[in-house]
Amino acid sequence: MTDAKENVERIVAEADALYHDLDFGAVKRFKEAHPEAKVIGCLPTYSPKEIIHAAGMLPVHLRGAGDQVEIIRGDAYFQSYICQLPRGIIELALSGRLASFDGFVFPAICDVIRNLSGIWQLLFPEKLARYLDIPQNFDAAVGGRFYARELRSILDDLERLSGAKVSDDDLRRSIAAYNHNRTSIEALMSLRAERPWLVPADEAYLVLRAGDTLLVEDHTRMVDEYVAAVLELDRPKRDHSRVVMSGAFCEQPPLGLIRTFERAGCYIVWDDMTISSRFIVGDVATEGDPLAALASAFVERAVESASVYACKRQKGSELCRTVRRSRAEGVIFAAPSFCDPALLDQPMLQAALDKEQIPWTAFKYAENLGQFQVIREQAGTFSDSIRLWGQ
Amino acid sequence: MTTVEKEPSMVKQKEMIAEHFDRLAAAGEHGKKVVYTFVPGNLTELLLSFDVLPVYPEINALQSAMRKRAGDFISEAERVGHSEDVCTYVKCDIGMKRKGNIGPTGQPLPKPDLLLLSYTGCFTFLKWFELLREEYDCPVVLLHTPYQAEGKVTGSMRDYMVEQLKSQVIPALEQLTGKPYDEDRLRTLLALSARAEDDMVHVLESAKHRPSPIDAYFGGVYYIGPMFTAFRGTEGAVDYYQTLRAEVDARVRAGEGPITPEGPMGPEKYRLVVEGPPNWTNFREFWQMFSDEGAVVVASTYTKVGGVYDFGFRHDPRDPLGTLADYCMGCYTNRSLPQRVSMLESYVKDYQADGVLVNSVKSCNSFSAGQLVMLREVEQRTGIAGGFIETDLVDARYFSAANVKNRIESYLQMIEQKRGKGPGATPAGAKEATP
Amino acid sequence: MRTFIGIDLGSTTTKAVMLDESGAVLGRGITNSRSNYDLAASIAKAEVHTSARFELLGRELRASVGVEGVEKILPRLQSELRRQQNLAHLSVLAEVCIEECANPRVARIRGELQRRVAGMVEQMTREEANPNPLKLLKPGEKTSEFFRDRAASAYSSLAEQNADADVTFDDLMSIFDKAIIRVENTKHDEGFAELIGLASERVSARLEPAVAAQCRAAVERACAVELIDGGVIGTGYGRQRLPFAKENIRSEILCHGLGAHQQFPGTRTVLDIGGQDTKAIQVDANGIVTSFQMNDRCAAGCGRYLGYIADEMSVGVHELGPLAMKSERNVKISSTCTVFAGAELRDRLSNGQRREDILAGLHRAIILRAMSLLARSGGVHDEFTFTGGVANNPAAVLALRRLVQENYGERQLNISPGSIYTGALGAALFCMRAAESRAAA
Repeated sequence: MTDAKENVERIVAEADALYHDLDFGAVKRFKEAHPEAKVIGCLPTYSPKEIIHAAGMLPVHLRGAGDQVEIIRGDAYFQSYICQLPRGIIELALSGRLASFDGFVFPAICDVIRNLSGIWQLLFPEKLARYLDIPQNFDAAVGGRFYARELRSILDDLERLSGAKVSDDDLRRSIAAYNHNRTSIEALMSLRAERPWLVPADEAYLVLRAGDTLLVEDHTRMVDEYVAAVLELDRPKRDHSRVVMSGAFCEQPPLGLIRTFERAGCYIVWDDMTISSRFIVGDVATEGDPLAALASAFVERAVESASVYACKRQKGSELCRTVRRSRAEGVIFAAPSFCDPALLDQPMLQAALDKEQIPWTAFKYAENLGQFQVIREQAGTFSDSIRLWGQ
Repeated sequence: MTTVEKEPSMVKQKEMIAEHFDRLAAAGEHGKKVVYTFVPGNLTELLLSFDVLPVYPEINALQSAMRKRAGDFISEAERVGHSEDVCTYVKCDIGMKRKGNIGPTGQPLPKPDLLLLSYTGCFTFLKWFELLREEYDCPVVLLHTPYQAEGKVTGSMRDYMVEQLKSQVIPALEQLTGKPYDEDRLRTLLALSARAEDDMVHVLESAKHRPSPIDAYFGGVYYIGPMFTAFRGTEGAVDYYQTLRAEVDARVRAGEGPITPEGPMGPEKYRLVVEGPPNWTNFREFWQMFSDEGAVVVASTYTKVGGVYDFGFRHDPRDPLGTLADYCMGCYTNRSLPQRVSMLESYVKDYQADGVLVNSVKSCNSFSAGQLVMLREVEQRTGIAGGFIETDLVDARYFSAANVKNRIESYLQMIEQKRGKGPGATPAGAKEATP
Repeated sequence: MRTFIGIDLGSTTTKAVMLDESGAVLGRGITNSRSNYDLAASIAKAEVHTSARFELLGRELRASVGVEGVEKILPRLQSELRRQQNLAHLSVLAEVCIEECANPRVARIRGELQRRVAGMVEQMTREEANPNPLKLLKPGEKTSEFFRDRAASAYSSLAEQNADADVTFDDLMSIFDKAIIRVENTKHDEGFAELIGLASERVSARLEPAVAAQCRAAVERACAVELIDGGVIGTGYGRQRLPFAKENIRSEILCHGLGAHQQFPGTRTVLDIGGQDTKAIQVDANGIVTSFQMNDRCAAGCGRYLGYIADEMSVGVHELGPLAMKSERNVKISSTCTVFAGAELRDRLSNGQRREDILAGLHRAIILRAMSLLARSGGVHDEFTFTGGVANNPAAVLALRRLVQENYGERQLNISPGSIYTGALGAALFCMRAAESRAAA
């Protein structure tokens, strides 16, 4: 019991340190330990980190500058109606905090991130800046094949960067490592949905966010140890409502805001804040052509996301399913200000919830939001109302 | 307001548009199928080869703004839950639909039988048609146009496009109309496109003359109208551009400048290159802020959103699907920022511009995100100082006339002052005044 | 003497500067902009003429009674003239107030209301006519020179004394609020010569006969100098509505650039934070603008934002800076949105954060917005001149100084005591140059 408590504290402290370290000390330490290895920054939301890992590189998920770094240079590059995240990323770059990174991947998620890849090409022409054109066509024979070629071309770039070829077996080993990681994360997510009082939202968030920076094997170990340790804890169950949080898949809410929800009486039993590490549902095949396996896993088994066109599937009904699966009583839409994908999706999702009489509330944030009082009151009222609703 | 005699090309364009909306209004009656699609990466020739009628929601939105209806429509969309933050084209369109779907000519628009989602250069297009699908409950066929992130079109990108056309877009149109794909007909239409494109490029490039006979931004949006919408590939468009070309050539011979809604423009004092879409809510007022000062736009990137033709591309009837793919991938907002910078740089040089101005619109991140970096890069490469103004497409709340006018006039006076001969400049030999 | 006037019509105040033929500043005038720009411009013009006459009068007095005499006499003449102007305005105010009491809205209490209001304005007039010598300003205390502000302060304190259950404070104030708008929008045609004559009589009466004679003579000579109108150039936020021909209007960006160059010839970067907008300007060695950036339509981070904060805290806007200087702790404020300013402020206060610390954070947030405009315009180069109303705010200056130091290194930061007149000065210079060009042509 005491050991478990100490373990949890140690793990959360380690994750917390990684979260707060915007000088990327962990990246520098990685490079000291592996002088030849390269580090690739990946922007939201989803990148196939397997191929970066297979190239012997460390993929690091970049999520803006949070609420700790004051944006001085970044604001000069973006108009007031553009979200906060790219300002933070530019601030990190111009202040030298990304100096140890060797390249960057900008996935197709929205026009802002897409154009950030171009800004990178103009500002930092010496660094690899790869746009990842995620297919919006989900036919394996069309979009899947295009995506496999896209992955091959990124792998070519990585091989040029490292000067070493990546074998199919390297790729398969990496795929296996990420499969393992997803399984561990899924266990943590299930535990949250089942017994959220054991896994406070901020702890779960920090442990999952540690995967942004850690080598995947190390992160898997951390998640496994954390789950094992919290299961031994005797944490009190509170009279909280159970909510799903949606819309925060790119720019992240500040940690204080996540804590605010639980303090306001909401257990977050599912969220999309760390959706990037769960973007593929289930395992990616470790046999056959590994790039084809990654591509087909994406076109066939990617989660519903605002950054992916819902050609066949219905996002609204998928959200309703998530609510039911996690036994949530309501949905909190928390989207960054000026986030086109999240905000444009909301009316559709809300209509679907209304149809199934699932209550919801909505508000906007920015990663550097400093005041939570109003949101706390709103979330508290929402939580009270859905508990009354349930009775 | 002065009455301006309309030129034959303007009259012709007006008739073409009126006929098109008549056809749309009567679509149900005549059993015509209707396809909604977007301007960038539009497959108009392919649609016309199947005898379906295209509708372009962006055009409806901008027309609503010019008719001062957009404010109502946007409020309607915000009332049903759309955020103040998001694209106002989308909100204007959704609001218009919810308020009876009355088109720009006052006639009702038919519902779509199919949404052809050409995801070209703008991520919001995906969301827009997801939302419209909910509104109309109709099928969608998607054409994902890969982005020219590395500044070029690769074989893989082209194959992907052609594969999508063959295996998805064409079958969807065949299913919709019950007609087989007719490649010969498509070739005929593409050949007509290419003819009109030659004349349109001639018109746009006429701005290299001094004085420029056209305004390539405010006037330009009229000139691109037929080419970017339902008329590319028609005899009507070929005629229109021939007529327009003759008019512009006559103005060049006569040494005349552009014609504005307030009449012929005064002497040309500033030649500008403009990046970004115009504002539509206050379009005339906006234009007048330039024309009153003798500022003419000699080249603009907005007139390339529906296709970049002035660097050599023409629709090629010999390779119908390949040429459609190349056309889509070449549209302006599907190009990388470095490509866009190079285009602006060549416009400044080729058109002997005095300035380069960005109109940054709140709604369109595809255009706007990165414009400040682009502007700086263009300044460095050309040595001319850039100007920067901020408005919106169709939301009048983001058009502050005083702020915009202030910036435009300051920018033009700055150019004048730098020339060293303006009323504000220090006269040669005059000593600095001391307090 | 030929004179050149520049008028800067701002969103809150209208400023005028007059130059003489040599380019030296002859006068400066300021008034509140009201809703009537034409009137504001003509009052600013009248004020600049008054100020120019005093400059000429000062020169005359220096020649006749010497520097010490000037120091003794000139301020008396100035305050006496101001008093005469105020009395003229008060007599209009008295009339308009009585008219306002006839409004059907207050029919219920008309008689009593009229009696009290008349009594109050009469008392204000009495006090203005015979100033209480004991009512001295505390050192450092700032009062507004505008008639509107002085009258409002006197009237409201009298209203507090005169209000009761029958005629409430709000009843009394509603009359004033309506009347003052009409008074402000009336053009007062009291000539300078007439008023200075009255003032000089009153001041001379308390001087030794010989000095009094010199004073009267100096006044006469100063009034006799012919000020030939060499032109007026207008600029400023509302300049599209200035009553001038198009060729006599210059962009405020250019005017600020040139004005700052005139004040500090080494200027290369100018930051102007006014009520409605913020401008970052780069100028060359001749004061010619080479690049600029402005805020978008949103007034976040402009002077107006401080106005909202002051209202929310019920303090004067000029008190904000000094309060913020007492901050001991860093408070990070991420938004300078005017819409949310009030809510965020109340929130933070209710969370126990100190008012001074919050204010310091707000000032820093405003300067951060300016820093991004500066960066967009090309950075901060030596020398760096800060102008506009916010340049008088010590907390804003402190935040600016620190952020410039951190991001650009050591820079010479210039702030002119007359920084509010920078735009008008630039316009006056443009006016003089245009005249020179015309003469040369």
